[in-house]
Amino acid sequence: MGRYVALGLFLILLIFLGYGLTLNPREVPSPLIGKPAPAFRLPTVADPAKSMGTDDFAGKVTLLNVWASWCVSCRQEHPLLVELARKGSVQVYGLNYKDTRQDARRWLASFGDPYVASAFDEDGRVGIEWGVYGVPETFVIDRKGVIRHKLTGPVTPENWAKTLQPLIQRLQTAD
Amino acid sequence: MIPEIGHFALILALGVAAVQGVLPLIGTARGIPGWVATAVPAARAQLLLLLVAFGALTYSFVVSDFSVAYVAHNSNTEQPLVYRISAVWGAHEGSLLLWALLLALWTVGVSLFRRGLPDELVARVAATCGLVSIGFLLFMLLTSNPFDRLIPVPTQGRELNPLLQDPGLALHPPMLYMGYVGLVVPFAFAVAALMEGRVDAAWVRWSRPWTLVAWVFLTLGIALGSWWSYYELGWGGWWFWDPVENASLMPWLVATGLLHSLAVTEKRGAFKAWTVLLAIFGFSLSLLGTFLVRSGVLVSVHAFASDPARGVFILIFLAAVVGSSLLLYAWRAPAVAGGGSFELMSRETLLLLNNVVLVAASASILLGTLYPLFMDALGLGKISVGPPYFNSVFVPLALPLVLLLGLGPLVRWKEDSASALARALWPTAAAAVALGTALVVLLGGGTVVGVILSTVLAVWVLLTAGAGLARRLRKRGGLAGLFGLPRAYLGMVVAHLGVAVLTLGIAVSSTYSKERDVNMGVGESAKVGNHDFRFEGVTRLPGPNYLATQGTVRVTREGREVATLHPEKRQYASQSHSMTEAAIHSRLTRDIYVALGEAAQGDAWSLRIYNKPFIQWIWWGSVLMALGGLLAATDRRYRLLAEAARQPGAGGPSRLALAGKR
Repeated sequence: MGRYVALGLFLILLIFLGYGLTLNPREVPSPLIGKPAPAFRLPTVADPAKSMGTDDFAGKVTLLNVWASWCVSCRQEHPLLVELARKGSVQVYGLNYKDTRQDARRWLASFGDPYVASAFDEDGRVGIEWGVYGVPETFVIDRKGVIRHKLTGPVTPENWAKTLQPLIQRLQTAD
Repeated sequence: MIPEIGHFALILALGVAAVQGVLPLIGTARGIPGWVATAVPAARAQLLLLLVAFGALTYSFVVSDFSVAYVAHNSNTEQPLVYRISAVWGAHEGSLLLWALLLALWTVGVSLFRRGLPDELVARVAATCGLVSIGFLLFMLLTSNPFDRLIPVPTQGRELNPLLQDPGLALHPPMLYMGYVGLVVPFAFAVAALMEGRVDAAWVRWSRPWTLVAWVFLTLGIALGSWWSYYELGWGGWWFWDPVENASLMPWLVATGLLHSLAVTEKRGAFKAWTVLLAIFGFSLSLLGTFLVRSGVLVSVHAFASDPARGVFILIFLAAVVGSSLLLYAWRAPAVAGGGSFELMSRETLLLLNNVVLVAASASILLGTLYPLFMDALGLGKISVGPPYFNSVFVPLALPLVLLLGLGPLVRWKEDSASALARALWPTAAAAVALGTALVVLLGGGTVVGVILSTVLAVWVLLTAGAGLARRLRKRGGLAGLFGLPRAYLGMVVAHLGVAVLTLGIAVSSTYSKERDVNMGVGESAKVGNHDFRFEGVTRLPGPNYLATQGTVRVTREGREVATLHPEKRQYASQSHSMTEAAIHSRLTRDIYVALGEAAQGDAWSLRIYNKPFIQWIWWGSVLMALGGLLAATDRRYRLLAEAARQPGAGGPSRLALAGKR
């Protein structure tokens, strides 16, 4: 029977590999989910004299999108965010991560600005508190200021339709 | 127009591959000579068509035809010509085309250098290659067509990842793929042997040089990749146990085992079924590597666009190729099994141990690589397995292997006397311990068990190889006999010396490296090891498609000038973050390595400085191993096979006559 061992092991391996295709290794669960969003207040990208922070989300379901002008995938997701903001599907705030103000402004000017405001997190300290691994990341925060979901990587039409939109609608209708 | 020709050539190649994969097999099974004879011309036609396709893609890159999506995604007009060409295999679709092309090249290679291979065996080998090729061509045409057009046509392309714009990485994939794909030849020979139900010395003599050549390419490909990550990534590391690196190391380990198992099968007729199984494993692992890299089931630093549709396709392909060959093995193994007997103390036993260790090492790397996937699939959480696991599993397996490697060649086939061996070898062993320990003391001491053990073992290999060589030379009347030695033997000695050099390089560089991260203003100095580093500021230099910030660091040792190094950071126009180009000053016994970090306050910069003793030995050791493989592959007995085949009137030697010569 020894000669069937290799075949048997291979079949088991195949099952795992096949199942592995349905999983996303980049989906890292965040310990912050279900917890209140870490409070912050930072100057905005647009105007160093003005500031924005978690208080501004004020009882509305919010997307907090972590972005940077040096991030290539941000460019990919950006048109979708602009469209969402235009349609008013959800309020979108930005957290500009480890960037320069000049680059960030130029970037918003050329690709459009979907954000109510973008916080300017130059040294990435707020990003650390929020457990940001890489850019882009998007957090869904409910009306009570609790983080409900974290998306690592760009927002795409697929994950918007499949995950984000249903969740946001549910949160918006919940009391 | 040109891309369409390429696309069309791919489709034709698929048709030809189908003919090559099916007709010869039916022909050999039913005894239809005309169908058997289709194998070789079909393989050649397929090679020609793939050359056309490859040429078409290369042309599209050279003229920057951005209407081809693949070109637009991986090239732009600013990119230097050489990197526009290397971009052909710089990403998923094109590298698949290279895979298919090399596969066809190897197949035609077998048909050209036949060395008296009987028609039927050629037909079966070519057919097996053809079947594999069908899978790759279908994969390309269905999910990853490099000739897909892009509408509207962009005016400028997205640049090739700047990390890949480097001479080392332009060469690394073709080398590595030659190795990966080359393993298809022993695999095809194994499948043919299973179909025929016969493994004999002649079969080994046909398949062994091919295994050697594939192994040489794989060795060089891996070494080149490791060297690249050493000087390009700016971390000073040369191996990261990344899934993609593991994917290349696993087939290498198995192929190394196969080489040794083939030796036993050729000389003693033993391990037949095992040899065949290893040949299947080797190629299966290189296919598995392809799956892991391109399906997105694992997180890796190597960015291949992953796509679930591709994953499903490769999985089916993997199931078909590996599943069917293992099924064939399970069915036919009894037909090829059997062989010579041997005593416990014999070279066979040591080679068996070698195989067990190599396969175990490969299996533990496979386990570590797939572990995150297993845990995730079983719902046990997300984990990552890193260097701590691999080092603690791999090193304890590798070191005993080095011990065996010194001993093996000195032990007789079939039966040897343990006490006689011990008597003959104890002075060598004692000398190895003494010299190895002395070397460690000389290098800086410290009682690190790992480095002492590795150094002693490296010296042990050196001394035993020397002893074996001396013993052979004495029989042949002194040094003059050196050139009369069979190349297979010389190759073994050189490759084993390579292992010693590699072991020494790894042990010493990983123990005695010194590194410092420093912030230095212009004119400031830092001391690392016994060298002083003085930072003289940065200048901006434009490159062809980037802007470099070049630092100048003067290195002195006790006041004497050693070198002036220019580490760079390159900002590519198309990319947001910059690339590091470390500056390295190499000597036989140490590398000085300076990488430019970030700008700090004022005119200061952060710098990473390393002093890495013996690190070059890692790559020189690999080169020696490859050289040894090459020597062995060109041994006289393989050339004699070719000669015999060319004898006029022989009409190709019959299988039986050759088999009888063992």
